[in-house]
Amino acid sequence: MIGDLFNTLISTIRDVVPIAIILFGFQLFVLRRKIPNLGRVLIGFVYVLVGLTFFLYGLEKALFPLGKLMAKQLTAPEFIGLIRQTGEVIESVDWWQYKWVYLFAFSIGFATTIAEPALLAVAIKANQVSGGSVGIWGLRISVALGVAIGISMGTYRIVTGTPLYWYIVTGYIAVIIQTVFAPKSIIALAYDSGGVTTSTVTVPIVAALGLGLASTVPGRNPVLDGFGLIAFASLFPMITVMAYAQLSEWRAKRLTVEN
Amino acid sequence: MAKMFVSSFKDLLPIILVIAFFQILVLKQPIPNLAELIIGILFVVAGLSFFIKGLEMGLFPIGESMAYDFARKGSVFWLMVFAFCLGFGTTVAEPALIAVADEAATVAAEGQMIADSDAARENYALGLRLTVAVSVGLAILVGVLRIIRGWPIQYLIIGGYIGVVIMTVFAPAQIIGIAYDSGGVTTSTITVPLVTALGVGLASSIKGRNPVTDGFGLIAFASLTPMIFVMLYGMVVLS
Repeated sequence: MIGDLFNTLISTIRDVVPIAIILFGFQLFVLRRKIPNLGRVLIGFVYVLVGLTFFLYGLEKALFPLGKLMAKQLTAPEFIGLIRQTGEVIESVDWWQYKWVYLFAFSIGFATTIAEPALLAVAIKANQVSGGSVGIWGLRISVALGVAIGISMGTYRIVTGTPLYWYIVTGYIAVIIQTVFAPKSIIALAYDSGGVTTSTVTVPIVAALGLGLASTVPGRNPVLDGFGLIAFASLFPMITVMAYAQLSEWRAKRLTVEN
Repeated sequence: MAKMFVSSFKDLLPIILVIAFFQILVLKQPIPNLAELIIGILFVVAGLSFFIKGLEMGLFPIGESMAYDFARKGSVFWLMVFAFCLGFGTTVAEPALIAVADEAATVAAEGQMIADSDAARENYALGLRLTVAVSVGLAILVGVLRIIRGWPIQYLIIGGYIGVVIMTVFAPAQIIGIAYDSGGVTTSTITVPLVTALGVGLASSIKGRNPVTDGFGLIAFASLTPMIFVMLYGMVVLS
């Protein structure tokens, strides 16, 4: 256990070192200014290192193996009912046979996004600078809903074998239309929320789900159909975050009209 | 600290519930290694608490203080260099990207788009990583320039989307899924808070910029440009 923990620490340090070099290099040689509260900042960096190490170690130890195993079991042909009791393999499937996969994709997408540290960081910052008008939980839940919808649609796409770009282009059009109507203050934040959703927690489980589906659904090719779930997970949060802003604006308007 | 542990546990609770529900009620199987699972969850909770604490003590303040210093120094050139280095440096060694690039190389070799040898695969994966890192560097650079100049974000992003759609028409089919995914894997847990603090700090220290409308958006650029550049890479290398 100590060995595993140490290995995780080493790889986290390898992640942080280039960033620290860039930050301190520019601070020392270009800005030539002392960092305010240097001691506190350094302790903060140590906390980030220790925190990420524990976080990743715990995920690797407990949640990822189970999550990946479940993704495999839920997509297994035996579970879906593709193998008859006579041992005969059914070649064509109805998309509805994968209902548990869609539900799993939806709920695991939602749950892992709530636990995503990068999203929490952005939500804290957005809450700070907006003077509290963007709620931390409001933002996190709307992003998580977006990821949930995105990943379940992504699994549906793999099952049905429809081309990826249909969904992505349709999603883009929705984003563009919403941009016209959404409150100006949310637009940049909504665009950002697409990119922050998929880091440490979501990617490994989602990738296992995609690979499991693409290699077991009859007629799918893992090398062509296994990719693309992350793209779904980064597109739909933009739509749900703008929808959340539109909804809160509409509710605020209705309240003022009623009063 | 105790309060932080409780709130971190709340963040994790949905995952625990989802896994328990599917394992017990849908797959109808016992939870394996319960003790190990509980220890793992405790580590995740402690890790998340430490990370958030460190974020508020280290990453947010340094991102903001550098943004203020750059704004005061007034050198757009050095700010651009910094923006590019930050984007490139944090992406090129990103483990999620390394994993995706290696997988993409295996896929390309199996599809006989590149020679099926270790050297060819390594070259292809390295090229892919450098392509993504350069595109993230450029993305942060353009994003910072946007904050300084006050350009509205939607035109740049929508323009980028149109670029993605056009590239999709011309790029080889085998690269498209990887290209779309590479947009999402570029921004790691350390980069996001840092870049967000930088953007918000810049927008609050430049006169006439609003931290909410102008400060965010850097990550959006960083997830958009890799799609375009990876498809370009696919067109150059695979055809």
